[in-house]
Amino acid sequence: MSDLFQSLLRMGDNTLILGHRVSEWCGVAPVLEEDIALANTALDMIGQTQLWLGLAAEVEDKGRDADALAFRRDVWDFRNLLMVEQPNRDFGHTMMRQFLFDAWHWQMLDALKSSEHDQIAAIAEKSLKEVTYHLERSSDTVIALGDGTEESHARMQAALDRLWPYVGEMFLTDAHDLIDVSALRPAFDARVNDVLSISTLTHPQTDFTHKGGKTGARHTEHLGHMLAAMQFLPRAYPDAKW
Amino acid sequence: MSKQEWPLWEIFIRGAHGLSHRHVGSLHAPDAKMAIKNARDVYTRRKEGVSIWAVEASAIAASSPEDKGSLYDPADDKVYRHPTFFDIPDEVGAM
Repeated sequence: MSDLFQSLLRMGDNTLILGHRVSEWCGVAPVLEEDIALANTALDMIGQTQLWLGLAAEVEDKGRDADALAFRRDVWDFRNLLMVEQPNRDFGHTMMRQFLFDAWHWQMLDALKSSEHDQIAAIAEKSLKEVTYHLERSSDTVIALGDGTEESHARMQAALDRLWPYVGEMFLTDAHDLIDVSALRPAFDARVNDVLSISTLTHPQTDFTHKGGKTGARHTEHLGHMLAAMQFLPRAYPDAKW
Repeated sequence: MSKQEWPLWEIFIRGAHGLSHRHVGSLHAPDAKMAIKNARDVYTRRKEGVSIWAVEASAIAASSPEDKGSLYDPADDKVYRHPTFFDIPDEVGAM
């Protein structure tokens, strides 16, 4: 397997898994407006997935397409960050996860936009417009809920504390990354510190990092359950058309 | 526990440059900034617009339906207010 195939899986699996997670809110979000906004965000990410996994399939050149990569791989073949497979829990937790991912994703796409690989640069440029909006929206929501009521503040702090150990993996870099992702950390920290301080949330003190998502070495127990729901239909009815 | 609702906002979208903003519907949002964001997600998903206005519904003064007799009926028999008595040269085109 070429490095580029792995690198593209990392991009496409992040948006696929988080896109599916966010879509789980469809119809059950706390208010109608948020329901629609979350569904839009999920659809943006699924659209980005089609581009990344489509390119990955092309690079792999073994007759698979984006659908085959999304629906016919098992847990150990996924290369997404552990952060994005974490369950939704409450709305605050979902928005904190979105904010932390968006803040990383924005830096990543901004860097990839100047890639020498034309298709990668084009996907990054298209995605960046969507992700700029995602980041704006998730930042505003983290601020509104963090600096909101006593209950919303407590829930956002709990979400931040719970998710923080998954931040480190976003900046662990190896030969399978499209760029040196560790270089994105200072800009990420600046953005996150900014939003957290306006949110009146306390920055977690720990640097402990869960790892194993982007290498596929050790996903959390949540991914398999999610894939079972996500992949059931195309696996049970492989020839279904819709 | 009583549920606090966000205020209601009336949303106006301009479909293209040069057109006026048109009322498209309403939504709830905690503040003006979020009203614009929610409007973007609720009303412009299919490329409906190039500009959004959000107005808090409580800020709109509206005429009362009971007054419709005195407000609108007097215009019924005043056809001369329509500029239909002028001959418009064909070359002017649609007006």
